[in-house]
This record gives sequence, structure tokens and C-alpha cells, in this order.
Amino acid sequence: MNKIASFSAALLFALTGAALASGGADVRLEYAPIHRLDAESLQRGARNFVNYCLPCHSAKYMRYERLQDIGLTEKQIRDNLMFGTDKIGSTMTVAMNPAEAKNWFGAVPPDLSVEARIRGSDWLYNYFLAFYRDDRTTTGWNNLVFPNVAMPHVLWQLSGPGKLIETEFENHEKAIAAAIGIKGLAKLEPAAGGKWILQTVAADPDAPGTLTPVQYQAFVADLVNFLEYMGEPTKNKRISIGIAVLLYLGLLFVLVYSLKRLYWKDVH
Amino acid sequence: MEKLLNWIDARFPLTALWESQWGKYVAPKNFNFWYYFGSLATLVLVMQIVTGIFLTMSYKPDATKAFDSVEYIMRDVEWGWLIRYMHSTGASMFFIVVYLHMFRGLMYGSYRKPRELLWIFGCLIYLTLMGEAFFGYLLPWGQMSYWGAQVIVNLFSTVPFIGEGLGVWIRGDYTISDITLNRFFAFHVIAFPLVLLGLVAAHLMALHEVGSNNPDGIEIKQQPKDPVTGIYLDGIYSHPYYTIKDLVGVVVFLAVFSAIMFFVPEMGGYFLEANNFIPANPLQTPEHIAPVWYFTPYYAMLRAVPSFFDSQFPGVLVMGVSVLIFFFLPWLDRSPVRSIRYRGALYKWWLAAFVVSFLILGYLGVVPVTVWGQFPDSWPILGTADKATVVARIFTIVYFLFFLLMPWYTARDKTKPVPDRTT
Repeated sequence: MNKIASFSAALLFALTGAALASGGADVRLEYAPIHRLDAESLQRGARNFVNYCLPCHSAKYMRYERLQDIGLTEKQIRDNLMFGTDKIGSTMTVAMNPAEAKNWFGAVPPDLSVEARIRGSDWLYNYFLAFYRDDRTTTGWNNLVFPNVAMPHVLWQLSGPGKLIETEFENHEKAIAAAIGIKGLAKLEPAAGGKWILQTVAADPDAPGTLTPVQYQAFVADLVNFLEYMGEPTKNKRISIGIAVLLYLGLLFVLVYSLKRLYWKDVH
Repeated sequence: MEKLLNWIDARFPLTALWESQWGKYVAPKNFNFWYYFGSLATLVLVMQIVTGIFLTMSYKPDATKAFDSVEYIMRDVEWGWLIRYMHSTGASMFFIVVYLHMFRGLMYGSYRKPRELLWIFGCLIYLTLMGEAFFGYLLPWGQMSYWGAQVIVNLFSTVPFIGEGLGVWIRGDYTISDITLNRFFAFHVIAFPLVLLGLVAAHLMALHEVGSNNPDGIEIKQQPKDPVTGIYLDGIYSHPYYTIKDLVGVVVFLAVFSAIMFFVPEMGGYFLEANNFIPANPLQTPEHIAPVWYFTPYYAMLRAVPSFFDSQFPGVLVMGVSVLIFFFLPWLDRSPVRSIRYRGALYKWWLAAFVVSFLILGYLGVVPVTVWGQFPDSWPILGTADKATVVARIFTIVYFLFFLLMPWYTARDKTKPVPDRTT
């Protein structure tokens, strides 16, 4: 059997090697600095979400009262996060008419209840850091991780208008080395003659936003943390129950296994 | 208590049924790791039925409400998230357990005479399970549900002459629609579970009739009976011995199951796909449609087979045969021994090649065909072909050769002498 195992291992190795060697346009995402248990971050994220996202995007599966999960009281929710005539048990709907929205933006802003489960938190975090000025699009904005996105950069007053920085490298290896060196969002695009272009987004020093880049990143992290929570509000409960269940099964295993040893003592 | 039992036994063979099916069923004493998966499959079946009943209480089989009702279960139904995750994790775990159970059969020759019918019932269970999983996957009404169903139903549309009508007949409509959702719901919650339960009962009855095989592949019923216990020398009663042993397996399995369900219920997109959190949209085809992992080996074969006169039917045929070929194993295997322990190198190599093919095809079915790029233009024959497609073709051939050459290599293999007693 050893021969077979080593043969299979060699084969799998050869195939994964082949997988790694091939290339194409490649986006390197920065890791989203969020934590699911950070209640303050989640509360700030809820505030950011309600102020900046909810005017256009609904979260139609999310009930306002559920925000008690992240340490808010009903009164806090009512006073700070609810503006319309909604009741505390209502879900986060949006007043905008979908047909008009389509007319304004070219697409209806998607519901964000489970957006984090579709995109993942890293993608979302980088998405908000990836907007840059682009005169060729109808909105005047473009995005490095979501090219030609219909959404304008609604947070631009906070971040300032970003700009696209392109650097050309003579081959893929050098470009990827530079991308790794950046330790942040970077995109590699193949160019003519085997060259590669490294794209990044940088703040425009002549047009700063109301937040510093570090403050803006924290703002986005809070927002993404909240989106992640909203995608699956039971996540924290799920994980803590899971730990208890595994501990219980661990104890049960000891018990059941000793019982098995006892019964099987006289077999053989 | 005893009186009550006697009263029942006079009217219904309760004790006789218990003793023939488990209590006094004599099994070989040398079952190893691979023998846990039968009882575990039964456990998962029960879990799927129970969680399924509770899901049905809140799920709405209606194209405008299905997606919403799943999120409602995840958020507003008490413990709904747990029930739903048990069911979604259970679906994948069912296939893991069944695949390991089938691999056990391949290793120890459990399909050999006199267990042909037992094996065939098992293959029928596998087929039914595939249908059950396919119908169930449409119900959340996400993008992958919708387009996955679209792709699979379109396979039937490739059948020459009757294909188009067949597709409409299955869907009940010209596209996957509310009507399709309703009938898939009916198949998923009533029709297929009924068939599955019937087949599982038949599988178990056949097993307890012919008796279990074992890692040595010897027939314990040919042994003399122990004068003290009155059962075959290498046999023991299932109860309490395998009751308690299977219970150990159950606890370990539940730990693995719980670890997945509580900590990584999406399993990196393999158990729950990210795109399935987007509601079904008939006007927007996702960039990359891949079936759930347990179908991907067959999907890779489907894509690997070149189309013939612009028809994908040959691929569909290959895919169908690749599943149905399992039924013929009892008659393809000509080895004088059952177990891999006493077979020669030929069978071991072929089995390894088969497993590797299955795994690689499974991987290739998940990813786009362009995953490894293309062969350079300058290469003869292979030039500009997708590397992944070529690899999938090679392993599709290996997969089939495992079965088709079996009569030859099993007869020719150098086997070791089989002992009289289990080791």
C-alpha cells in the first residue's frame, strides 16, 4: 500500500504544481481586520450601515430589534438607528422605488442582508478601499476589485477621491514580488509583450477626505464587521454552542469507548 | 413487561424481527474502521428525515417565497439555523459516508457472490440518493440551485429525438420555474424518501439474510460452530458487541459532523456555495456553474467527452454509464479471492488508479476548464486544448478501464492463500 500512497502523492503534487504555474489577471486582497466578538466595532458598523448604505440598499431579512445581539438596547436602536416610521420588529427595508433606482443607477441596489456570505468579508473590505476617480465611466468612479461597478463612491467625502496607480514590470515574477511587497490590495494585469501591470489605489494628497486613511480603514472595517454579522446573526451563538457540543461529545467518547472496551474484553 | 411482549409476539413477530435483524444477527468479529459507515449512513438518513420534517414546517415551495423562507428559517425560526445547517451538512456528509461505504465494498469484495443483490440494492440507494440530493438542491432557490438544475435538466434534453419533450416534461415548463420548484419539492420530501426507505430496508434485509462480509473476505458461515456458544467460530452477536462498537463510531462521527456544522457550515463553499445566497435570477447566468462536490466527478466526465454532431449526448451517456457500471461489479470481478488483503499487486494498482481518477475528476468538476490554461499552439494534436480537459479525458478513461479490464486483471492477478479463520 505504501507504493500506492507515494504514487498518488506524487501525482497530486504534479497536478497542483501545474495549477500554481498557470496565470491570469489576479487580484490580491488585503485581509479584513475584523473580529466577530468586537461589540463596539459592530455597533459603529451598524451606525455606518444605517447612515451610508440603508438610504439605497435594503437589508430585508434583518430586523431592527435583532440589533440587541450586538449589545444595543431597544431604546438605543429606536433613537439612533431608526429614522422612518418603522416598528422595532420591522426589517430594514428601503423606501426607494426599484424602478426609479434602476433608472438612476442602471441597476437596483442589491439587498445587503446576506451580501457578506456572497462576497466574503475580505472582498467587501477591499471593495471599499478600491474606489478611484475614472472619467471614462458614467459615475466618474471605478473600482479595482469590481471593475465598472454601478455604485458611485458614496464614502468619498470620508476617504477623499482615490487615484489609480499603475506600474509596469517586465515579467510576472517581478510584478508578483512587488504586489506581495505592498501587503495590501493590488491587482496584476497582463500587458503586451509579456509585461505585467501592477495596479493599486492611493489617496490623492491634494484632496484629502474628512478621515485620515487609517481612520477610513477603521470605518470600513467596522462596516464590514457589521455586514458579516448581518449575513448570519446567529454565528456567535453557533460557535459557542459548537464548543460546548464538542466538549460534551469528548466526554461521551471516553464513556462509550470504555464501555466498548469492557464489552469486547472477552472477544478474540 | 414480559407479558406485554408475549402478547405482541403472538400477534406480530416483534422479537423475531429484532433477533433476525440485529439482536441475534451473527457478524464476523473482525470488522475494522471501514465497517462503521453502514450504521453511520443509517444515522444520517434518520437525521435528514427528522430535520427535513422540521424544515418543511417553515419552508415555502413557491418561487417568490422560497429564498425568503430559507432566510426566515435561518433568522426567525427558533433553532431554525441549527436545523437547516444539520440538513445541509447532513446532505454532504451522507455522500461522504456512502462513498466510504462503497469504497469498503471495493476493497474487501463485498459485492461478490452471494452478495450481488445486496450490492445492487446499495447501487440503487446511491442512485436514489443522487436524485434526492439533486431535487433538494433546487429548494433554496438561489442562483446555484437554479442554474445547477437548469444544467442537469438540459442534460436530458440532449437525448436524441425525444430530448426536448423530455426536458419540458421534467420541468413542467420551458424553463426552470415555480412549477418545477413545486414538483421537485414533492419528489424531495415524499417520493424519493419513500423509495430510499424501502431500498434501505431491502438492503438491510438482504445483508442480514446472506451475512456480512469482512476484511478477510472469508465466509464465516462455512466455519464449524463453537460448541459452547453455538455460533460460527469467528462470529459474534451484533448485540451488544456491534451496538456498542457502532456507538463509538457514532460519537466520533457526530464530533466531526458538529465541528463542520458549528464552525464551518459552508465548508469553504463546498457544502453551501456563496452564489447560492443570491436569489435565483433566470435572466442572469452565473459566470461559473459547478454542481455540489458530490456530483463533480461525473460532471467532469460530462465536460471531458467531446460533443458529437453538436450534441452533448455522448457526454451524458458516458456520465450515465459511469454510475450504472457499478451495478455490474459482481460479474466483472473474476478473482478467486475477495479481500484486497489476499489480492495481488494488479488489483491494488487498479483500485488506487480508480480512486485517484475519482478524486481528480472530482476536483476538475469544481473548477472551470481553463483552470490550468492551455497547451501551447506549437504542440501537435494537443495544441490550444485546455489542459484540464485533457487531464479529465485521461482520468475518465482510467475510471472506465478499472471496470472494463477487471475481468482480465483480476483473473490474472497473483493472489495469496486465504486463511480459514479471520486474522
